[in-house]
Amino acid sequence: MRHTPETVERFLESSLESVDSAEELATGMAERAGFEDEDLMKIGMAVRESMVNAVVHGNRYNANKRVRLSVSHTPDRFIIRISDEGEGFDLASLPDPLAPENLLRTSGRGIFLIRSFMDEFDIRRSEAGGMDVTLVKYLVSK
Amino acid sequence: MSVKLSSRQVGDVTVLDVAGRITLGEGSSAMRDALRDLVTKGQKKILLNLGEVSYIDSSGIGELVSGFTTVTNSGGQLRLLNLTKRVKDLLQITKLYTVFDVHEDEAAAIRAFA
Repeated sequence: MRHTPETVERFLESSLESVDSAEELATGMAERAGFEDEDLMKIGMAVRESMVNAVVHGNRYNANKRVRLSVSHTPDRFIIRISDEGEGFDLASLPDPLAPENLLRTSGRGIFLIRSFMDEFDIRRSEAGGMDVTLVKYLVSK
Repeated sequence: MSVKLSSRQVGDVTVLDVAGRITLGEGSSAMRDALRDLVTKGQKKILLNLGEVSYIDSSGIGELVSGFTTVTNSGGQLRLLNLTKRVKDLLQITKLYTVFDVHEDEAAAIRAFA
């Protein structure tokens, strides 16, 4: 049985522990919203990769910077927003991880995986200069 | 549990059994250290058993690639054994599945090193 829509917002430290807790929070809410195993894994991994980007590449583990996490859902959409306080980056500058010359790179697959796992993905610079990421997974009635 | 690693020798092949989560931080660095340690000791035939890996993220995938490159550049061979569906799916969507030599049977994987 699905629970009433809920919205949760957290301001998290720039640490790997925050990555774990964000993943746990999002997958817990996704499960209550009605998602099952395969989608829970995809949502969890998309949140993990987005949080890693915010903590490691955005805030660079800076103890004075926070990551804002918001998780909510409507009857048909599960929405996660993750914002960092870093300097931002240009999405177009990221190399294609599927290009033959990039296959053996040891990094650069995070955003590709997020796009693969979510129904909608939006990333843009915030007014403050960091990155705002929005992840959406559609809730399908059964 | 993050990740648990243990190695065993089968003939001249070292089997590295990996269990748990290979994610950014302790999990991926532990696997990197274990593989580099084997290469430093001159081990040329390494079979990475991922049958008990419950979760892997992009950092973990990066460590698999890094391990593959490290072993190959030292003149050795790295093969993968017992991929879970989750890990196999990830390697397929990242187009890495064909980069690695993947096996489902340990004895066959050991023979493939000969």
